[in-house]
Amino acid sequence: MPDPMNPAASGHHVRLGSNSGQPMTRRDGAAKVTGTATYAADNRPEGLVHAVFAGASIARGRVTFLDVAAARAHPGVIEIMTPDNRPPLHVNPDEKFHAFAWRTEALQDDTVRYAGQPIAVVIADTLEAATEGARLLAPLYASDPARIGFDQGTRYDPPAVGIGAEADFAKGDLAAGLSAAAQVTETRITTPLQYHNAMEPHAIVAEWTEDRLTLDTPNQAIVMSRNAFAQYFDIPAENVTLRSPYLGGGFGSKAIIVGPQLLAILAARMVQRPVKLVLRRDQMFGPVQHRGATQQVVRLGMEATGRLTALDHHATASTSSFDDFIEPAANASHNLYASPSIRTRHTGVRIDTGTPGSMRAPGEASGSAALECAMDEAAEALGLDPLEFRLRNYAETDPASGKRFSAKALRDCYAQAAARFGWADRPLAPGQMRDEDGLLVGWGMGTCLFPAPMFPARARAVLRADGTAVVETAGADMGQGAWTALAQIAADGVGLPIDKVVFHSGSSDQPDGGVAGGSAHTASAGGALHAAGGDAIRQLAEIAAADPDSPLFGTGNTGVTARDGRLYRSDDDSRSDSYSDIMVRAGLTELTGTGSGARDPANEERRAMFSHGAVFAEVKIDPELFQIRVTRMVGAFAAGRIINPHLATSQLTGGMIWGLSFALHEEGVHDLRTGRAMNADLAGYHVPVNADAPSVEAILVDETDPYVNALGIKGVGEIGITGTVGAIANAVWHATGKRVSSFPIHIDALMG
Amino acid sequence: MNLFDYIRPATLPEAIAAGARPGASYLAGGTALLDLMKIGVAHPGQVVDISRLPGLDRIERLDDGAIRIGALVRNADLARDPGFAAACPAVAEALLSGASAQVRNAATLAGNLMQHTRCAYFQDPHSACNRRNAGAGCDAIGGETRGHAVLGWSDACIATHPSDFAVPLVALDAVVEIAGPDGPRDMPLADFYALPDATTPGGVTLAPGELITALRLPPEAAGFAANARYVKLRERTSFAFALVSAAAMLRIEDDRIAAARVALGGVAARPWRSSAAEAALIGATPGTDIFETAADLMVKGAAASGDNGFKIALARRITTRALTLAAAGTPARMPALPASVFAPVTGTASHA
Repeated sequence: MPDPMNPAASGHHVRLGSNSGQPMTRRDGAAKVTGTATYAADNRPEGLVHAVFAGASIARGRVTFLDVAAARAHPGVIEIMTPDNRPPLHVNPDEKFHAFAWRTEALQDDTVRYAGQPIAVVIADTLEAATEGARLLAPLYASDPARIGFDQGTRYDPPAVGIGAEADFAKGDLAAGLSAAAQVTETRITTPLQYHNAMEPHAIVAEWTEDRLTLDTPNQAIVMSRNAFAQYFDIPAENVTLRSPYLGGGFGSKAIIVGPQLLAILAARMVQRPVKLVLRRDQMFGPVQHRGATQQVVRLGMEATGRLTALDHHATASTSSFDDFIEPAANASHNLYASPSIRTRHTGVRIDTGTPGSMRAPGEASGSAALECAMDEAAEALGLDPLEFRLRNYAETDPASGKRFSAKALRDCYAQAAARFGWADRPLAPGQMRDEDGLLVGWGMGTCLFPAPMFPARARAVLRADGTAVVETAGADMGQGAWTALAQIAADGVGLPIDKVVFHSGSSDQPDGGVAGGSAHTASAGGALHAAGGDAIRQLAEIAAADPDSPLFGTGNTGVTARDGRLYRSDDDSRSDSYSDIMVRAGLTELTGTGSGARDPANEERRAMFSHGAVFAEVKIDPELFQIRVTRMVGAFAAGRIINPHLATSQLTGGMIWGLSFALHEEGVHDLRTGRAMNADLAGYHVPVNADAPSVEAILVDETDPYVNALGIKGVGEIGITGTVGAIANAVWHATGKRVSSFPIHIDALMG
Repeated sequence: MNLFDYIRPATLPEAIAAGARPGASYLAGGTALLDLMKIGVAHPGQVVDISRLPGLDRIERLDDGAIRIGALVRNADLARDPGFAAACPAVAEALLSGASAQVRNAATLAGNLMQHTRCAYFQDPHSACNRRNAGAGCDAIGGETRGHAVLGWSDACIATHPSDFAVPLVALDAVVEIAGPDGPRDMPLADFYALPDATTPGGVTLAPGELITALRLPPEAAGFAANARYVKLRERTSFAFALVSAAAMLRIEDDRIAAARVALGGVAARPWRSSAAEAALIGATPGTDIFETAADLMVKGAAASGDNGFKIALARRITTRALTLAAAGTPARMPALPASVFAPVTGTASHA
């Protein structure tokens, strides 16, 4: 039963929709487009010097010589940091001291584990001098052969995949399912190394003041990272201030601490001056994570009616030689299609790269790519329309756990996107459609799925006697619009219009906003903000109810509703009192509420929680030259309550374009002999340009999820990638009759 | 980045004197040199900024009908010059298919012609490269070679020339005007780009102090204006170097081909022409058969230099395509996606 004295829990005190639900534009937009938003590298504290790390040009071995004298002699160079003189770290960078700690390279020894690994740091008065100093180090190596690519790596059975997820899973009798099948298809898909390449490279400005450390660095998990930095340097967490008001994209690569950040802090300690270290674009291809390459095999068994009898998904994924992050691709097959038997397995391959990490939809993106291609191939084998085949295998309950879904409006997604796209007119056979210019035309589709996790998050809401409020959480705006969406929720939490609310975010001196990852930030930090507002309103209501001078005196169990800066009796709208008046009479200048984002554990136990969607894609392909263009994409997504349709649509279309990028463009190319990345810039590592995505549409499908969390919010940040990769590959098949076996899809793959 | 002196000469003679000093590099738009300096491939001791030299930014029609383009004319300005675009539409189309609007606004004619290969091994200071370091060897061979040459390469170098602009220019017999310590000289653009031989890599060789002052298109270049196209194949719709490209220009009289110019880009260390292919076209009725014959001749002698054998078939097909499009007539308006296969065959404005 809702507690009338705990409006935060009941959710009754706000009129959701007064701020949430509105398509506000980004509140930080003007600052960003006019250049006044301060990104990490824009900070220039007094006395700032510049650090540049030298990256290894071999992929495995030892550094045997650095020409420190030559570098030191370069004008402007202040200091050279090598393993010989690097100040100590309290935590060995090879230690994994919590779940989000990667083994990293911070000059702990002279070994080289991958090309591009930091092997020395040059600190200088100018960026140019530091850069040249790093070049003058001209390292010599004792090198061992590079192990790059699946064939040269060492295979092993990983104990876990992703961050602590199960490596193997089985439900039902796979062998029986396969032998009972009227048809079995096998689909093999390879995906390449992919590098996050946020527009803003990793950057840090580090400044020591005795044993206090101030860091300006883009970060997706501000308080968690603050605590970890403090551990590395053996100082109390409160001695570290980490400021990250804006991130120029994170995509998972800025959630964990990486070696270059530690090196900048060490450099600042060494030279006793503030140090800035900004990665060059080519330095993004090594020490700051990536998506591991995968080789996947999906076997599907089907009855003649089209119902799945077996789903077997095996993923082999690359990781580094010294740490484990296995792209959990096969797990994408757990929760989508209603097969009575499901088996998923993972194999790791150790190669000489940096350690992979979470890259936007880790596992879900690459796994969905293989699964959706496999589903299309199975539909073809059965002679079924790909959408019809998916509907025949629609999961009414979670296939892996058997739990009911907290909400699942996937049928609506299929129907709305298919109608908008015009899918009903699609010929079943491939190679049937041409446009007026003779280009091959193909239509394909895929289902989108993304889990709805929540991270622990806290917030504070302070009502002020002037009728305004200050609301705080250490949230992270990576461009997705947290400054706006979180402020909308916060304003609803305190029952005020958004222009009466001061929203503070992006700094470690605020309550822990959790991790901006897993598409869970709005739910987690938003839930905390809403609860904090509710806590403040609850206290205010108690004061009013106990105040004989208040029109709300004695409201007691009937409760109050908060809106536009006033409390109203829930059963009598004519009786109300303003926040200001209540606080002034009580002699309060401020009233503080706190809250945390939470999910009812009972719901977690009983329900499977996911966002769902469907993407339909049209490609046009030159019949002789095979250049591919995705001329149209339509997606429809059900993700619970949408706080800001403008931002959510932007996230979803951005995800779909990321899927396009996965399907047709992104590929980290390494020389197999040296292990060096050979396309380590944005001229070589392609992401789509506007002309590649002329028409991308995302439909927001109504969905009420009463179980996922108090506000009914699920994520929209990553789901758009899933489904899309397969939809494009399936459209390429529909245009050409060719099944692709590797991403990105190259022209020569279609020529044969 | 190394320390360097920045010199901004006021006159051409001053520029030549400054540029003749050892370790000097000329700077104009900066879109190529600065990138190479940042990645540690170029280390000039003196950067000689010629971007403000007077008199090098004009597009002129000479008395004999030739077109003379100053070295400092920006790519965007040339492509959008109505007179030039009307006379040499394939050149304008090639220019607009290259790089991005921002780069085209900065990049100059001479800088475009002088740009280095985009071979990843040339751009990686840790790889052996004969272009960077004579006699070092070529690490591209046996490496990642999807984009490398299939014509005119040698064991010394398998790099391609990356310019789109130069492809129709070579086809039109453009001439480079060069100034230097020993006075001015002219050189056909085709010869300006040396092919590699058994021991020497391909590329541009200018004597110390020499610089391009202008490019001249001969009077007959404008004779192809009615049937001129550039087609560029790439795996991103814009802002990508060509996997292969082709310029095709025809002069059609009485339904027969009176003159033909064809060049391929992305396949060799220079834009690739074939006198046999052009000769085969002359006198023929435009059509698929003769275009395919010409295309076969264009790639005669082609061989994979690595994992790039598919480029030979693509080079043949894009030649046929470019000839087909040229025969259909220069579009009335520049396609919205210049040189793209997604620009409709009819050549009318394309916007998805």
